[in-house]
Amino acid sequence: MVENGIGASVRRKEDKRFLIGKGNYTDDINVAAQTHAYFVRSPHAHATINSIDTGEAMASTGVVAVLTGDDLAADGIGPLICGVTVTSDDGEPHRAPAHPALAQGKVNYVGDHVAIVIAETLAQARDAAEKVDIDYGVLPAVTDTGSAADEGQQQIHEVAPNNMCFNWPFGEKDAVEAAFASAHKISTLDLVNNRMVTNPMEPRAALGEYNEGTEEITLHLTTQNPHVHRLVLSAFNNLAPEHKLRVVGPDVGGGFGAKIFVYAEELVVGWACRKVKRPVKWTSDRTEAFLSDAHGRDHVATAEMAMDENGKFLAMRVMTQANLGAYLSTFATMVPSYLYAFLLAGQYTTPLIYSEVKAVFTNTAPVDACRGAGRPEATYLVERLVDVAAADMGLDPAEIRRRNFIPVDAFPYQTPVVQCYDSGDYEAALDKAMAMADYDSFSARADEARTRGKRRGIGLSSYVEACGIAPSAAVGQLGAGVGLWESAQVRFNPTGNVQVFTGAHSHGQGHETTFAQLVTEQLGVPFENIEVIHGDTAKTQFGMGTYGSRSLAVGGVAIAKACEKLIAKGKKIAAHALEAAEGDIEFADGNFSVAGTDKAMNIAEVAFTAYVPHSYPEGLEPGFDENAFFDPLNFSFPAGTHICEVEVDPETGVVEIVKYTAVDDFGKLVNPMIVEGQVHGGIVHGVGQALLEGCRYDSEGQLITASYMDYAMPRADNVPSFDVDYAPTNPPHNPLGVKGCGEAGAIGAPPAVINAISNALGIKHIDMPATPENVWRAAQTAALG
Amino acid sequence: MPAVAMNVNGNAVSGEVEPRTLLVQFLRESLRLTGTHVGCDTSQCGACVVHVNGKSVKSCTMLAVMADGCDVTTIEGLATDGSMHPMQQAFMDNHGLQCGFCTPGMVMTALDIVNRNGNDLNEATVRKELEGNICRCTGYHNIVKSVKAGAKAMGE
Repeated sequence: MVENGIGASVRRKEDKRFLIGKGNYTDDINVAAQTHAYFVRSPHAHATINSIDTGEAMASTGVVAVLTGDDLAADGIGPLICGVTVTSDDGEPHRAPAHPALAQGKVNYVGDHVAIVIAETLAQARDAAEKVDIDYGVLPAVTDTGSAADEGQQQIHEVAPNNMCFNWPFGEKDAVEAAFASAHKISTLDLVNNRMVTNPMEPRAALGEYNEGTEEITLHLTTQNPHVHRLVLSAFNNLAPEHKLRVVGPDVGGGFGAKIFVYAEELVVGWACRKVKRPVKWTSDRTEAFLSDAHGRDHVATAEMAMDENGKFLAMRVMTQANLGAYLSTFATMVPSYLYAFLLAGQYTTPLIYSEVKAVFTNTAPVDACRGAGRPEATYLVERLVDVAAADMGLDPAEIRRRNFIPVDAFPYQTPVVQCYDSGDYEAALDKAMAMADYDSFSARADEARTRGKRRGIGLSSYVEACGIAPSAAVGQLGAGVGLWESAQVRFNPTGNVQVFTGAHSHGQGHETTFAQLVTEQLGVPFENIEVIHGDTAKTQFGMGTYGSRSLAVGGVAIAKACEKLIAKGKKIAAHALEAAEGDIEFADGNFSVAGTDKAMNIAEVAFTAYVPHSYPEGLEPGFDENAFFDPLNFSFPAGTHICEVEVDPETGVVEIVKYTAVDDFGKLVNPMIVEGQVHGGIVHGVGQALLEGCRYDSEGQLITASYMDYAMPRADNVPSFDVDYAPTNPPHNPLGVKGCGEAGAIGAPPAVINAISNALGIKHIDMPATPENVWRAAQTAALG
Repeated sequence: MPAVAMNVNGNAVSGEVEPRTLLVQFLRESLRLTGTHVGCDTSQCGACVVHVNGKSVKSCTMLAVMADGCDVTTIEGLATDGSMHPMQQAFMDNHGLQCGFCTPGMVMTALDIVNRNGNDLNEATVRKELEGNICRCTGYHNIVKSVKAGAKAMGE
């Protein structure tokens, strides 16, 4: 094995700067003559704006400018867009209300942006913001997902009657109904997928600078995808032509989806810095983050499974109402549709599936992708329904899964819901997880717990997800406004070290390490001589960024392809220098050699020759620097089984996770240490959803969980350490043999936890978050107290 | 505006601040020590933990003027002669960080845990003591490993 190559748990290149306090996050950047911005936000969930008086604020100490929606409209900036079209059952595209970056005449959620106050200091901007006098005409608010489209509800947008964004049926309705009509047994489950606030630890921020000489705007943003930000801000929001806009995503402190989207503050800061001809900096505080970051999940669903007498799944029917919030965020429509319904087959051979998704508007913050995006919602529904079905059939949850798994020899497997799974061995992951979790001796542990007045439960979750998004043609057909390939450039410098430019963006995933491992493996260049560069549209070619667990499965392959081009060119250069035929040149471990001889030259020497081509193949371009793009042929389908064992105290409702086992199939691992870290983090995100995190609006649309005092984030003492292992299969369409791993934990964990709690209490279902109060109530109802 | 003077990472510093200026603002904005982070506004997340007179403090909870005359240590003050502190090294060796945003607060808290609990820490103690520091990336598993390993290394 190459030292520090594929498969090595190399320590991360990026760690030192973070550990010694030299990270470079957006709010850490300060520039000369910088001003500070504060946004005036709506305190009402739903109101007309009768008037805005900025006079007193403008006269306040240190104020540079106070700008409103009228100023924005006068300059023709905006509106914000949603980039994916979903066709509703009436044949029309989804309803898309105008989404101004600063409100024009109406506000639609608490935190909606009304004005920007720019001052010499942040304190002055905040002080002045309190003096912006806005006369609101308060309207009734709609906040409840399940009833938002009911008759008689307050209408939010004129273009969206009954607050409906789309009603999207998918599947063979009649065939499913027929299968239900003749089924041996039907299991039914009503469930809620609780709304989450994504909560990367670094709050969003933007720093805009305008150069009057070059007429270029530079925007430092907390972004997961600088080029996508630049494209949308330029092509759709009219901020500046693409070549006059530079977007930099420096160190970014976590994203989890929340930093994919183009937000009002980013557009307004970019516009305002040109308007006031001073740099403008805005950093969200945590309360603003709760109010205005895009939220996640928020479904209400009914799921039914039809089975034969052996517990074999015949058909599934799912009715879902999904809350999209007050406006459509950048990819909002895609999450409860394509990323959700196309995963409803799970790991099973269910031949017929029918799904109907009603997406509704409410007076709440926009809802979009949050770690997993649609796939956690699908997986939670399927894996909970399977447990209910097992109970209805009198089967062990493991047994009903085995009876319905797609068998290992059936891949590639075409599901009835679009996706064609490329590889998997679901039974292998289940077997391994059950052995690691000591599943077979669970009842003895449960008996022992009972002697202490506790109830033990064990829960399985056998998930599959579709990530590594995605084949451009497939997402284009579905209505996406972008292609989803990735780019790479691998550049040798004349002295032989290497700079790798990637369109992916790292905000915790460790790309600077993993991608360098790919290059050291392929080109034999020492790991320490490789630098990975990302996150700046002025440095990297167009690229799609990082979300949907796509960086390695898509961006990594682009890097490998660029390396292949370098090897091919290097063979020509080496053949000339070594006076051999190109076909006789072999490349291994960083050396080009003439087959069967000891004549060789190192790749660094080849690079030098390419830049100093005094003796060089005729007609060959100088330079040693190659670009590549990779558009995958299919999604990536990680899968696995997670097993959660809990101990519930029926007296207090407190749930303790006593053991958590994860066995995943991520294909080949490039850096096992980093992959395991991704699994840990994903699991805790999922445990947070299952046990702690619940975003709540009251009936007037006030967010009553708008701080870490009220919104329970998982902390170190809420979770255990984890047992993680793998059951890999080889995805045939991926040249590196890799699958995505970043979201799997958040997808697999919630049903494992809730299945365990349901098992412990002997109940059919408990909604998330299973807080002590909710669990205690369930325990009382189950007469366990 | 009131004047403040303190010793930060062994250097005497001073400045004039608005009375409402928080210690973390003084560190980040006046001294440009941006390794200390702000992750919330309710003193919950712990990204801003520094040491004041040898004890861990959430620097968003303290006014700059309250630190007048104090010894303050931030994440930038731990490495010596270009070598990372054993606790910093333990976080690197055990993959105790991903995005790096909560990391400075985690490391500063970890040092305080060692100061109060010694070098031989068990998992339960570390988890309980880390209750005031939130991380969204790591799931804590490797942070707990890092703190235990760092504590041990500090005793060697």
